[in-house]
Amino acid sequence: MFRRRRRTDDFTEEIQSHLALEADELQSEGLSEDDARRRAKVEFGNMQRAQERFYLRGRVAWFDDLLHDIKFAVRQLTKRPGFTSVAILVLALGIGTSVAIFAFVDAALLEPLPYANPDRIMSVNESDTELPGWPLSYPDFLDWQAQNKSFSSLDIYTGSGYLLRTNSGMEAVKGERVSGSFFQTLGVRPILGRDFDPGEDQPGGPNVVLLSYEAWTHWFGARPEVIGETVDLNNQVYTIIGVLPPSFSFALSGDAEFWVPINKLSPHEHSRTFYAFLGIGRLRDGITVQSAQTEMRMISEQLQRQYAITGRDLNASVIPYSEVVVGDIRSILLMLLSGASLLLLIACVNVGSLVLVRSESRRREIAVRGVLGATPARLVRQFVTEGLLLAGLGSGAGIIVAAALMRLLAHLVPKGMASGMPFLNGVALNAHTVAFAGATALLAALLLATTPVLRFSFQRVRDGLSHGDRGAASGLWRRLGANLVIVELAIAVVLLTGAGLFGRSLYRLLHVPLGFDANHLATVEVAAPGSVYKGKERTAELYREIAQRIASLPGVESAGLTSRLPVGCNCPTDGIRIVGRPYHGEHNEVNERHVSASYLSTLKATLMRGRFFTEADDASHPGVAIINQALAQKYFPGVDPIGQSIADDEGGQPSVWQIVGVIDDIREGPLDVDITPTEYFPINQTGEPSFTLAARSSQDSNALLPVLVRTLRQINPDLGVSNEVTLSEKIGTTQAAMLHRFSAWLVSGFATTALILGVVGVYGVIAYSVSQRTREIGVRMALGAQRSSVYRLVVRQAGWLTLAGLAIGLFCSLGTSILMRSLLFGVYAWDPVTLLCVAVLLGLASIAASFLPARRAASIDPVEALRAE
Amino acid sequence: MPSQNNPGDRIALLQGTLDLLILKTLLFGPRHGQGIARSIQLQSEEVFFVDHGSLYLALQRLEDKKWVSAKWGVSENNRKARFYSLTAKGHQQLIEKTSEWQRLTRAIGLILDEGPSSEGV
Repeated sequence: MFRRRRRTDDFTEEIQSHLALEADELQSEGLSEDDARRRAKVEFGNMQRAQERFYLRGRVAWFDDLLHDIKFAVRQLTKRPGFTSVAILVLALGIGTSVAIFAFVDAALLEPLPYANPDRIMSVNESDTELPGWPLSYPDFLDWQAQNKSFSSLDIYTGSGYLLRTNSGMEAVKGERVSGSFFQTLGVRPILGRDFDPGEDQPGGPNVVLLSYEAWTHWFGARPEVIGETVDLNNQVYTIIGVLPPSFSFALSGDAEFWVPINKLSPHEHSRTFYAFLGIGRLRDGITVQSAQTEMRMISEQLQRQYAITGRDLNASVIPYSEVVVGDIRSILLMLLSGASLLLLIACVNVGSLVLVRSESRRREIAVRGVLGATPARLVRQFVTEGLLLAGLGSGAGIIVAAALMRLLAHLVPKGMASGMPFLNGVALNAHTVAFAGATALLAALLLATTPVLRFSFQRVRDGLSHGDRGAASGLWRRLGANLVIVELAIAVVLLTGAGLFGRSLYRLLHVPLGFDANHLATVEVAAPGSVYKGKERTAELYREIAQRIASLPGVESAGLTSRLPVGCNCPTDGIRIVGRPYHGEHNEVNERHVSASYLSTLKATLMRGRFFTEADDASHPGVAIINQALAQKYFPGVDPIGQSIADDEGGQPSVWQIVGVIDDIREGPLDVDITPTEYFPINQTGEPSFTLAARSSQDSNALLPVLVRTLRQINPDLGVSNEVTLSEKIGTTQAAMLHRFSAWLVSGFATTALILGVVGVYGVIAYSVSQRTREIGVRMALGAQRSSVYRLVVRQAGWLTLAGLAIGLFCSLGTSILMRSLLFGVYAWDPVTLLCVAVLLGLASIAASFLPARRAASIDPVEALRAE
Repeated sequence: MPSQNNPGDRIALLQGTLDLLILKTLLFGPRHGQGIARSIQLQSEEVFFVDHGSLYLALQRLEDKKWVSAKWGVSENNRKARFYSLTAKGHQQLIEKTSEWQRLTRAIGLILDEGPSSEGV
């Protein structure tokens, strides 16, 4: 049988009846009615306590208390919507930012790559004193593969562009040539069809191709029947044998769509000194990276001895693949995570001090509740509940902020870079991120719960009742609150300094001397099908036609062609010799560019000596070259280079080029890398099947882009046309510029938030202190203090706080900026201008924050202030 | 009333004994709380001090354990009161507890009367 619980009312009634019965009996023993009633009550003892015990009987008391505490806390929070919303907002910002940044860190540094046992996959390459990842030659690869015992499989890959025939004409697509067991090494299986068969990567093997998932959906409508069909790449027929899974991506080849086996080698790819292939291997179980490296070094050295390879100081290098992928992102991500943690800290401190101010104004309430019988533990629990509730609400809002931020940040990464960061797909609210969010929430809860508790344990409840608000006890709060504000200001200084340094880095980077005029240049990449344009005469005709047709377009001032646009990379390079000087196999690596006659003048490059190329510099004339200042200074110091000759032996064919001109340095490589020596050859003499067209327009170069594409298609519909972009946009979206911009924006965001929070903190402390000192200020004014001296009194207090915060902050930011030195460009970590600006900005902001309470203090009416006591 | 003047003579009830005394009091028929309190006090010759709050909580506890049952009724002088009566289960308990208590008091009595001896407990 399930009986209903007896109600407290019923119990109370029983006690009332007991008192009545007892009184009756006492009365019958001779007491008066009043006496009897009083006596009965006294005899009974503490009725309230009995009722309380009856109420508590059988209940889970703490749960009951918890419900009460939560109800009370909710009431407290809704009673002051201003305080509550500010606290939740601040917490949400702090938690949201750090969770979002952590999601990136997690995806990039913690989540494994989408391969089988990704930690066993190694990048296996040569390395050179200047370049850490030097590619392999094909013969070297075969020997490495045959001789090594460290790797269960070893493969190579190299990027390649194809012209894909579609119904609407030729399209330039990205491909990758890989050795046969490449996908087995990674542990990736096609979701449709099959992997390469053994032997398909042998010279003379069949034309087969694996599609990336994107290629399958984009070009072939995701039809499963596509397996076995053929596709036309570079006018050759390839059979589609499989489709790769959607999760597959290989960072180092970007977003390659067509994967073909390496079974057709160009003549120079057979050469042992043509380094074009990057290696990747799977370590055998039980073999360490170190021992693999030692073995590969031995093999490499032995091969170099055997084939008398000189000129380069090459060493085999074995590096975990994940490190190659994450690379320079790691330090930036860790820097951002520290920034976000600082922001989280400042947010917690801020909310903590808000809670402290609130608890201060609740001292009377606490004291009254204490006197009415609440135990200290019970009071503490009430505050902890309030802290937890606040932290819970803040964290909930923080997760929403984090989800929004993650989407926003992922969009900020440009597409071209995103394909090199396969981990971006993993940025989400997964188990790791949620655990991190939980941890931050716990931290916030701990902080919010302990601050007021610490505050109260120092103080006797009794003091709270006795006129407490104006007593000396608030000195403690003033010290604690002030210290918190100093911490906030110091963190704000650190973040502001970081933001300032990144901002200046970005500015310096975008204002690096380019050596040409990047404005009003429209560019487009062109690929000429080799089956149509055979031989240098035929391609030279194409170059001439393109240059003339484009230059005669309305709005185009001039047009030129190049093998590679500036502000890209210091590649490809060429090993040169100086004709007429003894050569001992030195390592003379210079940038190599093939350009048309009008290209350098189209860029508005500065000619220092000699001449630019002309249309007469073609295959029927001896080779000529133009060099940059850096090359002239490095290889012809004190000598006039004009008339001298340089030689190279690309692909085993020695060529000689006479220098006819010297130009001022053009920044061919990335913005943040020093200028390297560069040689320019006439494109008419080298013959390039793929090249880039650059056209200088007199107006908006964006409007020119579609015109360029249309004109090229008119010249020959079989031309591959891709990546039309203005040069200034291309420079603005290079990796160096993007990384710096990304960092600058994010850290500025952190810093702005930190500044606002810090200033709000200063305002809070000063305003509170003024409200506490109303009487003191009233007395001072009654004794003749001027309003100006009251102003000074208040502002001086803010000044001290700011000074202390600034001093600590500047000291700390020296340390942090030295740590992030490697991320800066063209600016010292201790850049005095930045530090000075930060100091002035923060100083002004906090003086402004103290102005409002100062005015309130100065407008105190002494009579009112004293009467209020 | 001696209970008022020299409360020092009174002995607080031992933990658990109150239940036994209540059950015993109810053996002679239903009673209300005040009656039980009076009865315990009188029968113990005013030695025991019964805290009324504890008494009512003990009654509630016994009711929850279904050793006693309760219902509202009218007292001999026409007052509304809650009457408690022994259940079969309570009857059983009373017998068990009583023999337990007698063994305990006998043992303690042996030790206190005869001092440390070979009899032990």
